[in-house]
Amino acid sequence: MTVIKDSGERSLPTPFTQEHQELRESIRRFVESEIAPHVDEWEQARWFPDELFLRCGELGFLGLKYPEELGGQGGDYLHDAVWVEELARSGASGGVAAGLGAHTGIATPPVFRFGTPDQHQRFIVPAIKGERIGALGITEPGAGSDVAGIRTFARKVNGGYVVNGSKTFITNGVRADFLVCALKTTEEGGHHGLSFLILEKEMPGYEVTAKLEKLGWHSSDTGELSFTDVEVPDENLLGEENGGFYLIMANFQWERLLMALGAVGAMKRLLETAIEYAGERQAFGRPIGRFQAIRHKVAELSIKAEVGQAMTYNALRLFCEGQDALKEVTQAKLFTQRACVEVADEVVQIHGGYGYMREYGVERALRDARLGPIGGGTDEIMKEILAKQYGL
Amino acid sequence: MKICCLVKEVPDAAVQKRINPETKRLDRSGEKNLNPFDTHAIEAAMQLKEGGDVEVDEIVAVTMGPDSAVRALHKAVALGADRSLHLTDGALEGSDVAATGYALAKLLESESPDLVLLGQQSDDGECYTIGAVVADHLKMPSLTQVIKMDAAGGKLTLERQAEYGYDTVEVELPAVISVGDAINEPRYPSLKAIMGAKKKPLDTKSTADVGIEADRVGEGGSRTAVLEINPPPAKESGEIIEDEDTNETVEKIVAWLDERKLI
Ligand SMILES: Cc1cc2nc3c(=O)[nH]c(=O)nc-3n(C[C@H](O)[C@H](O)[C@H](O)COP(=O)(O)OP(=O)(O)OC[C@H]3O[C@@H](n4cnc5c(N)ncnc54)[C@H](O)[C@@H]3O)c2cc1C
Repeated sequence: MTVIKDSGERSLPTPFTQEHQELRESIRRFVESEIAPHVDEWEQARWFPDELFLRCGELGFLGLKYPEELGGQGGDYLHDAVWVEELARSGASGGVAAGLGAHTGIATPPVFRFGTPDQHQRFIVPAIKGERIGALGITEPGAGSDVAGIRTFARKVNGGYVVNGSKTFITNGVRADFLVCALKTTEEGGHHGLSFLILEKEMPGYEVTAKLEKLGWHSSDTGELSFTDVEVPDENLLGEENGGFYLIMANFQWERLLMALGAVGAMKRLLETAIEYAGERQAFGRPIGRFQAIRHKVAELSIKAEVGQAMTYNALRLFCEGQDALKEVTQAKLFTQRACVEVADEVVQIHGGYGYMREYGVERALRDARLGPIGGGTDEIMKEILAKQYGL
Repeated sequence: MKICCLVKEVPDAAVQKRINPETKRLDRSGEKNLNPFDTHAIEAAMQLKEGGDVEVDEIVAVTMGPDSAVRALHKAVALGADRSLHLTDGALEGSDVAATGYALAKLLESESPDLVLLGQQSDDGECYTIGAVVADHLKMPSLTQVIKMDAAGGKLTLERQAEYGYDTVEVELPAVISVGDAINEPRYPSLKAIMGAKKKPLDTKSTADVGIEADRVGEGGSRTAVLEINPPPAKESGEIIEDEDTNETVEKIVAWLDERKLI
């Protein structure tokens, strides 16, 4: 027999608990009062202030999953999941979420996981405080999906390396104080010849060559970087020499889960915006939400958001339990990124001309969402991974 | 100095409020939350503690409510309280404002606080009166709608919102003070504080533990009885005077005001 709880409260979706719910409320209140009101201004400025990192650091949001010894909050991946979903859900733009998310979700995790105690002190401790901003540098002009094609080269010299090459499409690339950088440490490069070095902004020869203009994520700085004879000491080698390909793969699951969570948060927000608008906007003497064409659209969108959430939370649960979740994470990434673009597009349609204007933020949501099927591994690459999982 | 903060678990703001026609009480089912007004009381206590003008030894979150109210206490602790106190007893169910105030006062007596802080209203009952009732039982001065608080030399200087402006008042402790939401911006609880909240001491008390007389609480002990509940009368529709930027428009407005003896 099913017993309906008499308190009338809904239980939280797995794998989240009451504690995550409280963190969610805390982050939501912060985003709504300290980020959302400034988003338009930051989007216009093509930049959000570095101080936001400091503020997030002060509130503990940059160190949720890191241990207290390093200044973190002593939580785990699930707490970070709440952070990323809530940024999108509560009205940070894609750009703000990307800048903060690249720091917490892709730049610092490999340093924490593979770094030495000295590297933890030099990079993780100040990163958690928001004093040093991190970026992850994998993509190059000639190497995107084909990661093994990386050409930036680190030549071994006494006591360190001399680095030459370039990176592009790097989130936080303009402002980053340190770059967790994939490069070749053998002439051949490829799967067995890649390593990670942590490059620092102050190093001579390290140069930001462009702040790239793009379709969306306007408040995020996407950088192009060039390295000319940059001397990097041995202490900045992350993990094993020539073991870089493993490092790249190790964080991909997490990065893709974070992207899925961001899309889930964004879809929920878009849906709410659409429902509110459909209830208010009058045409032909009634709210547009009374027209079957619109109400059915909302019904369809709600399912996309719900399916996306179910897939993502399931993949997240498996990942956090330490199970092999490659298939589920890949499916969730693939489904949610495309779904979010479709949802955003339909929500613009529900808003009519107002949807095309800045005011409601839905045109921005559509532009921001378009990165999803490209970044963190394209849709096509996700499908390749999936097909391989099925032995094809 | 010991500060007790009264907190309450209320239906979440997003839940539509309804009266249960059978009990004639507010239907409190659905998602719950810590009364948002109380978060300002805790923040005010924290600012006194951190301000350094007075020595605050501890901040105790205090509630009366069913088992689920423990979560409101956890949230209060995550916002900064050092420990919490939970009065829970079937006998309390259905207590009206006077009975609730009496019960809370008895509970507070067991703590001998120097200062009792609370939010000016609860988001569900919205009575605005618990502070005064508690103060009356404790024989302490009561101040309401406080939006600024400074401590120095064993006294508190307060600003309270009034219809005509602001009162600046000094009060000697102990006192019961209800604060308005303009007093501060409550902090965002950190994950560490949220995780740590469950480890802080929580005492559960029954009516007998704090000497509450059974016939003064609960539905039977309440001296008010709700006889009937009716929706407020529908508002008359207003009169729209189109602004045509002419003397005539002005005359129409003046005549309308004059008719109602407003000018
Ligand atoms: C705003 C933004 C921020 C970014 N931030 C970062 C960052 O912080 N750090 C970082 O390292 N990178 C970053 N990237 C780079 C991103 O990861 C790459 O753009 C992505 O991996 C795709 O690589 P590419 O752009 O070189 O496309 P390509 O690899 O050139 O792909 C072009 C097209 O060919 C398809 N394709 C390629 N290979 C195959 C194949 N084998 N089978 C079928 N189809 C294929 C692709 O799916 C795509 O449709 C960012 C990109 C953007 C746009």
